Amino acid sequence: MSSNLAAAGEQPAYDYDVVRKFAVMTVVWGVVGMSVGVLIASQLMWPQLNDIFQPYTHFGRLRPLHTNAVIFAFGGCALFATSYYVVQRTCQAPLWGGWLVPFTFWGWQLVIVLAAITLPMGYTSAKEYAELEWPIDILITLVWVSYALVFFGTIVKRKTSHIYVANWFFGGFILTVAVLHVVNSAAVPVTLTKSYSAYAGAMDAMIQWWYGHNAVGFFLTAGFLGIMYYFVPKQAGRPVYSYQLSIVHFWALISLYIWAGSHHLHYSALPDWAQSLGMVMSLILLAPSWGGMINGIMTLSGAWHKLRTDPTLRFLVVSLSFYGMSTFEGPMMAIKTVNALSHNTDWTIGHVHSGALGWVAMISIGALYHLFPVLTNRKAMWSVPLINAHFWLATVGTVLYIAAMWVNGIMQGLMWRAFNADGSLTYSFVESVEASYPGYFIRVVGGAMFLLGMLLMAYNTYRTLTAPAEEADAADNAQLQAA
Amino acid sequence: MMDINDLKGISTVFVMIAFLGVCWWAYSPSRKKQFEEAANAPFADEVDPQATPVEPEGDNEKGQEKL
Repeated sequence: MSSNLAAAGEQPAYDYDVVRKFAVMTVVWGVVGMSVGVLIASQLMWPQLNDIFQPYTHFGRLRPLHTNAVIFAFGGCALFATSYYVVQRTCQAPLWGGWLVPFTFWGWQLVIVLAAITLPMGYTSAKEYAELEWPIDILITLVWVSYALVFFGTIVKRKTSHIYVANWFFGGFILTVAVLHVVNSAAVPVTLTKSYSAYAGAMDAMIQWWYGHNAVGFFLTAGFLGIMYYFVPKQAGRPVYSYQLSIVHFWALISLYIWAGSHHLHYSALPDWAQSLGMVMSLILLAPSWGGMINGIMTLSGAWHKLRTDPTLRFLVVSLSFYGMSTFEGPMMAIKTVNALSHNTDWTIGHVHSGALGWVAMISIGALYHLFPVLTNRKAMWSVPLINAHFWLATVGTVLYIAAMWVNGIMQGLMWRAFNADGSLTYSFVESVEASYPGYFIRVVGGAMFLLGMLLMAYNTYRTLTAPAEEADAADNAQLQAA
Repeated sequence: MMDINDLKGISTVFVMIAFLGVCWWAYSPSRKKQFEEAANAPFADEVDPQATPVEPEGDNEKGQEKL
């Protein structure tokens, strides 16, 4: 490693302040976004909860608040924190960009607060995962361009010759999300709070799901794979299983994902060839997805015993297992004949949460439990048993959630397609809703368990950040900075 | 005359060549050492020698075989 090493025993003055801010806000927005999730799950079980404060607490207004909060506030802050940390550590250079760095933090928080105000008020462009109205879209663009400048500016300034694979994934995620956001959010403003999409009809639907699926593929996958390629090796204490595989993984994943979005529009007005293309590309996508998952899990080779004692590592490895499960389930659901059963049922929601809770949230949580001690000059979190409790709450909560939605989804699909001998429908729609209540109840329980785990994390984080820094006062202060 | 099916065929072949090219580039023996170094990048800036990774056998308290 001599060629890549800066002078031994010295680290550049890394900018940990912005990393710490984003890391703390990840926990805060995680609690907020998942609380809204538990509330709307409860509304499906007990509809009278819609009436807490109408019309602002109606399911239709809180559902986009939940998705935006967990994807862009929780997931976004996790990506900002980890990418700013990883790019500095692996480039051995402090962040470039001066005032742009705090601007990305405060700008992103402003976007989140504006979303939390406008969505319950009913201001929406009605594009899923891109509901925010045009003034907020412009603010997002400004923040995102600043983010790209900071990230790539730091890469340009790097002291190492090679750009580590995690940075390739972060870079791919930042560039692609910029293109997706600008193209899909193109709109004609009518007033400050109302605009109409620049596209119409089937074209509008195709662009929306090109955006929507690649929000999954790049925001929720490529970015978090960047987290995986740094934090799994770091926490396991050994380099990634195969660096060569990680290169093939990167290029195969980013070149395939972009074509798969039309599987969201099976049996719609979209041309049939575009639907089939989306199905075939989704099936091929299984290969790079599993290549990456295997690369992450095999990094543990020879270090499996660490799972017994290290709940942080357990979070990271179980997140990869859920990633493998949901990237098998996704291509399967993209097959048109399977989709004929699953489309519009709770199976889809189960699939999303297998990825969102099991993969995205758990790998973020694992990375944060690795980060907080480093950022506060400590050996470990305030309480490791609390991490362990969080791990089991998160895992059991996720399994309850997705199992309930599998049962509901397949049952709904079968009830909707059941015919009597005379050709009439066997069940009315409302009968399928009534039959779904047990699953909805299990989902509330699973979601509440996941939220309880996040509350434990918030408390553990608070105690870690505020505990007196006895370790840091020790004489070997310099040594601990790297822990 | 070229039609859409020729384009489909050409693009399929092109993507296959690109994929094989990436595989060849990543796995060619001449770059093996460079990538082994690159894989250690997360540990390259450690100040604490204990946090630096090690050869697989050195790190294995239980003495298990590397799988």
